Amino acid sequence: MKDNDLRLDGNAAGGLLNEIFPFEMTTAEATCLGCGTTRLFGEVMFYRHEMGAILRCVDCDMALIRITRIHGYYRLDLRGMSYLRIATGGHQHGTGHLQ
Amino acid sequence: MATRQLKWQLAKVVEIRKETPTVKSFILDVPDWTTHLAGQHVDVRLMAADGYQAQRSYSIASPPEVTHLMLTVERIEDGEVSPYLTDELRVGDRIELRGPIGGYFVWSAFDDKNDDSPLFLVAGGSGIVPLMAMIRHRANSGKKVPTRLLYSSAYQEEIIYRQELDHISANDSSLRVIYTLTKRQPLNWQGYGRRIDRPMLADTIWQPAEKPRAFTCGPTRLVEAVANCLQELGYKPESIKTERFGPTGG
Amino acid sequence: MGISEAPWKQPYHSRAPTEGIASQQSAGTIFEVFMTSQFISPGFKRRAREADSAFKERIPPGQYETKDFPVLSAGPTPRTPLDQWKFSIYGGIAEDLKWTWDEFLRLPRETVTVDIHCVTKWSKLDTVWTGVSVDTLLKEVNLEAQSGIGYLIAFCDGGYTTNLPLPDVRGGKAWIAYEYDGKPITPEHGGPARLLVPHLYFWKSAKWVRGLKLVAQNKAGFWESLGYHDYGDPWKEQRYAGD
Repeated sequence: MKDNDLRLDGNAAGGLLNEIFPFEMTTAEATCLGCGTTRLFGEVMFYRHEMGAILRCVDCDMALIRITRIHGYYRLDLRGMSYLRIATGGHQHGTGHLQ
Repeated sequence: MATRQLKWQLAKVVEIRKETPTVKSFILDVPDWTTHLAGQHVDVRLMAADGYQAQRSYSIASPPEVTHLMLTVERIEDGEVSPYLTDELRVGDRIELRGPIGGYFVWSAFDDKNDDSPLFLVAGGSGIVPLMAMIRHRANSGKKVPTRLLYSSAYQEEIIYRQELDHISANDSSLRVIYTLTKRQPLNWQGYGRRIDRPMLADTIWQPAEKPRAFTCGPTRLVEAVANCLQELGYKPESIKTERFGPTGG
Repeated sequence: MGISEAPWKQPYHSRAPTEGIASQQSAGTIFEVFMTSQFISPGFKRRAREADSAFKERIPPGQYETKDFPVLSAGPTPRTPLDQWKFSIYGGIAEDLKWTWDEFLRLPRETVTVDIHCVTKWSKLDTVWTGVSVDTLLKEVNLEAQSGIGYLIAFCDGGYTTNLPLPDVRGGKAWIAYEYDGKPITPEHGGPARLLVPHLYFWKSAKWVRGLKLVAQNKAGFWESLGYHDYGDPWKEQRYAGD
């Protein structure tokens, strides 16, 4: 098994991310702190095994998000992203302000 | 896309179909299912008596118009979940799943933004599953969106949904299915006989000027190679959607 | 057949309990307390081949023996060409130490047979590794003069890190291994060289190791910073922070 084959993409992370962020997350957009590329989560690399899950930048392999779930807690390291955009999916109230 | 937290629910197997020697489809009754878009997937979770859990994502093969959910699963040797599904599950058994998941790798015939775009679909092996949901949905919609499917398999007997694809395309000139068999071709084989490469794509794609939308799904290496080739052939990156199934998808 | 043996046969809406059901009868009413309502998939077992260990005393609590050698990847497999590979030791010492691959292979080597234990519960007995003892590498550092150094951080290609107390890599407890079972370690298993610290959970045996940073203050590594135990003694079942 070549190592490339062990890699999935952010589509497969949709369910896990939805446990934490109650939104559709494969279309969330993130900017990598390492190289500045912005991509949708559906396109980024996803590694997951029993210890935890990591989403990595396609271009520079930087860990965008690292997640574990241990003893009833999620821990997230979000330092690999300088920016994360998530569609609210609800009605827009037109003011641009958070309710 | 509705914002909500997906919950695990139990689905009951109502029918099992053998698609190929290593692939089965499971038709499921999912009591609390809402709806879905073609291309989305579900997470399936198995738990052993000792508490050990394994989870994998499987693309939904059925179109949104059908009540029962269909999942098509390839048995991966050494897989964690797929051998359980293909070897152990029986009609009447239940499995835990949650979904639908995914807003990135989806296509709807009723999405206004898609109106003029011809579809270019590239599948490797079991990567055909989400694309089949799109093809079935397209057939149900009655919209004759010009569509080409380039579908790579190792052997003819491993082509999933072959009869159905041939039937749909025989009755709809706006859908063209192009097969390639990479390991062995039968006598009088009409399709390609090698791995998908740039010349094959160059011969089969819609031209970039036609503003096509491309979806490619299958093993990681194939998906990345196809995405790169399409860009080299002039496709805009945002017009290409990819979904990688590694062997760990088994 | 009692309820707790075949919960999956019950209709879902009756939410048949699994293990740990406690039921009390009180004044003619039965109360069932559901410890979990988790659905058990009948006949499902983990894939890794379990062996009913003949060496139970060598299997730490909560572990099972496997004959497999599972690969857990947190990122792409690095592939540093050997002519660019260097191993370094630095931090709080007068001069950084560096070895090229050729120099590294010329160092005294040892072959050891050890048991390894992964926090994901598998243990593998009698694994054979060849490499350079960390004691050999640290010989060149006058550690007694560096009284402030109490810890180290192993750093690796791909960005992985793990932290260890200095005493835990001294006295014949740790190696930089480059062969497994008499053959070069494959990239999937951490080749060309990985840290080997078998007395701790195997996430501490960092794959693709490129060096050790000696520090005065402990600093959590890749998994330790996400809730895994800072030390990781399998015999005390120190899997997670707070265990």
